[in-house]
Amino acid sequence: MNIASFAPLAVVLPILGAALAFLLIRHSRAQRAVSIGVLSLTLLLECLLLASVWDGGTAAVHIGGWLPPWGITMVVDQFSSLMLVVSSAISLAVLVYATGQGMADGDQDAPVSIFHPTYLILVAGVSNAFLSGDLFNLYVGFEILLTASYVLMTLGGTGPRIRAGVTYVVVSVVSSVLFLISIAMVYGATGTVNMADLAIKLADLDEGTRTLLHVMLLVAFGIKAAVFPLSFWLPDSYPTAPAPVTAVFAGLLTKVGVYAMVRTETLLFPGDGLNTPLMVAALLTMVVGILGALAQSDIKRLLSFTLVSHIGYMVFGLAMSSVAGLGAAVFYVAHHITIQTSLFLVTGLIERRGGSSSVDRLAGLAKLSPILALLFFIPAMNLAGIPPFSGFLGKVGLIQAGIELGTPLAYALVIGGVVTSLLTLLAVARVWNRAFWRKPSDAEHPDPVLLAEPEDSDTGSRAGRKNVTLLPRTMVGSTLGLVVLGVSLTVFAGPLFTLSDQAAHEMLDRSAYIQAVLGEDTQVPPLALKDGGGK
Amino acid sequence: MSVNLTLLTVMGALYACGIYLILERSLTRVLLGLMLLANATNLLILATGGYAGLAPLYNKDTGAQEYSDPLPQALILTSIVISFAVTAFMLGIIYRTWVLARQDEIQDDIEDLRVAETPRFDAEDDAPIPAETSEFPLTMLGGDGRTVSDHPTAADAPDETGSVTAGAKKIPASDAAAEEQPGSRNVTPGPEGGVK
Repeated sequence: MNIASFAPLAVVLPILGAALAFLLIRHSRAQRAVSIGVLSLTLLLECLLLASVWDGGTAAVHIGGWLPPWGITMVVDQFSSLMLVVSSAISLAVLVYATGQGMADGDQDAPVSIFHPTYLILVAGVSNAFLSGDLFNLYVGFEILLTASYVLMTLGGTGPRIRAGVTYVVVSVVSSVLFLISIAMVYGATGTVNMADLAIKLADLDEGTRTLLHVMLLVAFGIKAAVFPLSFWLPDSYPTAPAPVTAVFAGLLTKVGVYAMVRTETLLFPGDGLNTPLMVAALLTMVVGILGALAQSDIKRLLSFTLVSHIGYMVFGLAMSSVAGLGAAVFYVAHHITIQTSLFLVTGLIERRGGSSSVDRLAGLAKLSPILALLFFIPAMNLAGIPPFSGFLGKVGLIQAGIELGTPLAYALVIGGVVTSLLTLLAVARVWNRAFWRKPSDAEHPDPVLLAEPEDSDTGSRAGRKNVTLLPRTMVGSTLGLVVLGVSLTVFAGPLFTLSDQAAHEMLDRSAYIQAVLGEDTQVPPLALKDGGGK
Repeated sequence: MSVNLTLLTVMGALYACGIYLILERSLTRVLLGLMLLANATNLLILATGGYAGLAPLYNKDTGAQEYSDPLPQALILTSIVISFAVTAFMLGIIYRTWVLARQDEIQDDIEDLRVAETPRFDAEDDAPIPAETSEFPLTMLGGDGRTVSDHPTAADAPDETGSVTAGAKKIPASDAAAEEQPGSRNVTPGPEGGVK
């Protein structure tokens, strides 16, 4: 039996785990064991899924035996399984980190018992969105992960979190309504919501209707992916959540939006109809985002702005709709999920060790805790795209593809990408200089913990709470794991680039996807609508 | 395909009211707006199913075109459940806002305001580096002619005029916002998770 038939388990396992974790709400030890165990099992399954499609091929599972286009379809191809593996790997690392934090603080920071079930639901939603071969099921996946994220965002219900949570919930609900409206329109125009079926039927619509549907879907996903000018909600809402929650949001949620945009652009609306506006949006996302980052003094907010800015790179790769560009974008998504999450986790550690996440109030951390400095330095350089890290490789791939394309706009984007990369370096270097490199006496109102004699750098007491472990081993260990994963993306960049190029090729070709869902003898419409569509 | 004009008019009215309401600052109105938008969308989905027909229970004497389309109704059912959950959650958040701030309005972001008020001149980044002409430089001069040294003097001490009492200690008002950041160890959560 084919391993791909077990793909729905990637969604079902976390949901069952969430139910079990919810039952064990009073037994925190058992709850931790259940959630970590379930997530590890899911990760294992997804690794097998990835292995089964590593050399190409697309598999579709029809839930409940309902044939497409009527039933729900789940599709495993290279892109979706790669996303699944990366997302589950970082979810597992963040879960271990959060568990370590909960154990170190005696679960005081929040009613953490609700954290585990909600977190597993979030993972289930993300998996569902990645696997979905059906527009409405994609919507349901989005709603599962968003509803879980509302709870995680406002965990503890403190003032700032509620304030940020309100903005986040309202913006997300509005984008979901837009998505639902687009689905209704698509159904009204074609009579189907199955994505493979849509790929065939949308080609028969007239140009105006098709552009309208295309734009509506892109706007809905653009809000979720935080593409400029739809990105202003993100830096406002992410930084207030607990560190592990921000980390997993930064890694996953916007990338699900990017994933949906990729599917829309390649499968549903191939061709270059909206490539020019997408490229302009990508350029503005990169530049405006990074300029925002330079104005921040809080590390979490600064990282949120770099997150927005680097979404621009992925949209850039997507907008080129060439194998090279899309392949580099796929690689970049995998790279960015890992790096951004590890940076947010390190920021959580910085906040514990230094008592603040504002660079004005931090200093001298490199001396106080060299391991923390190392953990920050590697992903920070990786994010900025310093050779030999994967950020550099991804950006080189994008720039090569841009030069290959050779239009003036592509050159503008190449220049914008390089400038953004340099400005990212400036932003993280400022954090490094202030938080890690300068003398503690230079900080403004440093937390007492920063000035305490470093007799034992790992424990300390502060603000009435004695003997709080400042850097628990589990938290440092899980962060280290992610940093190592980020570095291994560099080491294994060769096979990974081959995989992402293949994935890009299959997505642009579309026939593998459509025939896997609708059957081998389906006529795939001519590629890319080069004659009628577009300019 | 015939369309139900009443349904479409109602849908348009719901969209208009919903969009008007979500632009308000009051959270309760925003919630009402979101509910209207969700219901308007449900009507839109219903409209995409075409004209009303028989209930879609299979009967071999009935032609396929006489049934009504069941798929939009299944979609609406799902979306009703989702909007129900989101509405319940929003109500919870709004109640919490009311408990915390005693007002039913979207709050301003403190950090945003702080960044907006940050002066363009940053002493650490932007001060001109004095040229060292002396062989044994003892003091450095800052951009404004004042002495800059590693040990802050009284002149460099932060302005203590606006200070806020936080727990047992006084902190400058400009830092009060940062002190309240979640995750800061200075905030002790209450039993329900809130700040005492």
